[in-house]
Amino acid sequence: MRRKVPVGLLAAPLAWLLVAYLGALAMIFATAFFTTDSFTGAVVRDFTLENYREVLTPTYLTIIVRTLLIASSVTVLCILLAVPYAWFMARVVPRRWRGVAVALVLVPLWASYLVKAYAWRAMVQPSGVLESVFGATPGYGLAAVVLTLTYLWLPYMVLPVYAGLDRLPTSHLEASADLGAGAWTTFRRVVLPAVKPSIAAGTIFTFSLSLGDYIAVSIVGGKLQVLGTTVLQNNTLDLPFAAALGTVSVLIMVVYLLAVRRTGALDNL
Amino acid sequence: MRTSRRARIAWWAFGTLVLAFVYVPLAVIAINSFNQDKTFGWPPTGFTTQWWSLAFDAPGPREAFLTSVKAGLGATALALVLGALLSLALARFDFFGKTAVNLLVILPIALPGIVTGLALQSVISGFLTPVLGIPAGLFTIIVGHATFCIVVVFNNATARLRRMGTSLEAASADLGAGAWMTFRRVTLPLLSPSLVAGALLAFGLSFDEIVVTTFTAGPGTPTLPIWIYNNLFRPNQAPVVNVVAVVLVLVSILPVWLAQRLSGGDAAGVPDASP
Repeated sequence: MRRKVPVGLLAAPLAWLLVAYLGALAMIFATAFFTTDSFTGAVVRDFTLENYREVLTPTYLTIIVRTLLIASSVTVLCILLAVPYAWFMARVVPRRWRGVAVALVLVPLWASYLVKAYAWRAMVQPSGVLESVFGATPGYGLAAVVLTLTYLWLPYMVLPVYAGLDRLPTSHLEASADLGAGAWTTFRRVVLPAVKPSIAAGTIFTFSLSLGDYIAVSIVGGKLQVLGTTVLQNNTLDLPFAAALGTVSVLIMVVYLLAVRRTGALDNL
Repeated sequence: MRTSRRARIAWWAFGTLVLAFVYVPLAVIAINSFNQDKTFGWPPTGFTTQWWSLAFDAPGPREAFLTSVKAGLGATALALVLGALLSLALARFDFFGKTAVNLLVILPIALPGIVTGLALQSVISGFLTPVLGIPAGLFTIIVGHATFCIVVVFNNATARLRRMGTSLEAASADLGAGAWMTFRRVTLPLLSPSLVAGALLAFGLSFDEIVVTTFTAGPGTPTLPIWIYNNLFRPNQAPVVNVVAVVLVLVSILPVWLAQRLSGGDAAGVPDASP
């Protein structure tokens, strides 16, 4: 069946992706080097590095570092919750209930992202659920953002880790135990190395999604500023600067992808 | 590994806690849509269905719902055709630049949605509207959604094509059928369940998308998620927002549930689909 590909098969989808997507992306990367007419707000096609220079001022560096901090905390929290939960699904839940356990994590993934972020507003708001049940709430702000994003992206971590654990042969665990290793040693020396690529694959989602988020931040973050919210604010007034900020998030993501590629994470997507 | 009784109890307690973390916030929204108290303090003060009837009579959510349905159908139709063509080309043929094409399909969901949105918006305001006279609206929403829905259809169809193998298509060719005949009588019927599943997932994805939509929808055509977002910070709209939120969850989960049933539980929609 390895014949020459008919042009008709590729032409339409390729044209679409090249024009509607790559073309648009190229345009935004180019826009980051343009200027804005301060009077009309229109984009002027004069080459400048001013937008990137402004990105590197303390104001915006703080915002970038804060965004990275949020993305990292969310990623770590997702790992801490997802690894034990995936283990619970793969090894503790009886085989015939495993499908149900997986579905229970999977279904909320498809429930509207917006509604899930909104739901956390009802949780953390003054006199909301957290305050009336636990007597305290973090309120709108950084903590609420980390909590909400962890909640939103948790399934993206659970699923690859579960798939990784499911592939791990029970005999390896038995061999480790027979050789006298305790539960902790077996986890550290056998389980963890085996699921490392799956964890890395999950972090691509938790990290990238946290990096670009502005909806959840605006819903539960109060006045908190992150990369996404600054892109949105500059979008109508100063498109070239917004484009520069957007390009920064793409660059961070590319660096991250290159870093995790060594772990074999990309084959686990 | 042997697990002691005590450890077993601890594991189940942990599993239950995680599931509670996942489901309690969603349950709170559902309960709040019947909450009598307009500020939604917890616990609810009384039960009422008035918000539901209020939401059904409000013109805003109804129009937004219709826009979302139209956008979902349009984007799904486009993604279905383009995704199916691409999966056939990549799964059945070898050609120069195949890896690059594969990467290109995944790119719209791998990059932060805000960048995709910004990029599409600059094309709309810089080219579509001034040069072609197409304003931001339903059409641009569909174009944006189709771009990231292609990958869902593509993934489902590709997985199916790989499992199918090529022996049946080869048999059809041996029996004298041409390429078109083989496609119509052998490949397409075998592929169609996965295409339906992919289409349902694409619809679900399009229906609750907000990040890219923020940039591609004009002011006059809010989708349901945009409508919710625009009314989120208006206290007097809160009761209606709760109801619309519950509807949004139900409408976006239903197609996924159907897709899972159709494909015997292996619809490859996850975790490839990001908002």
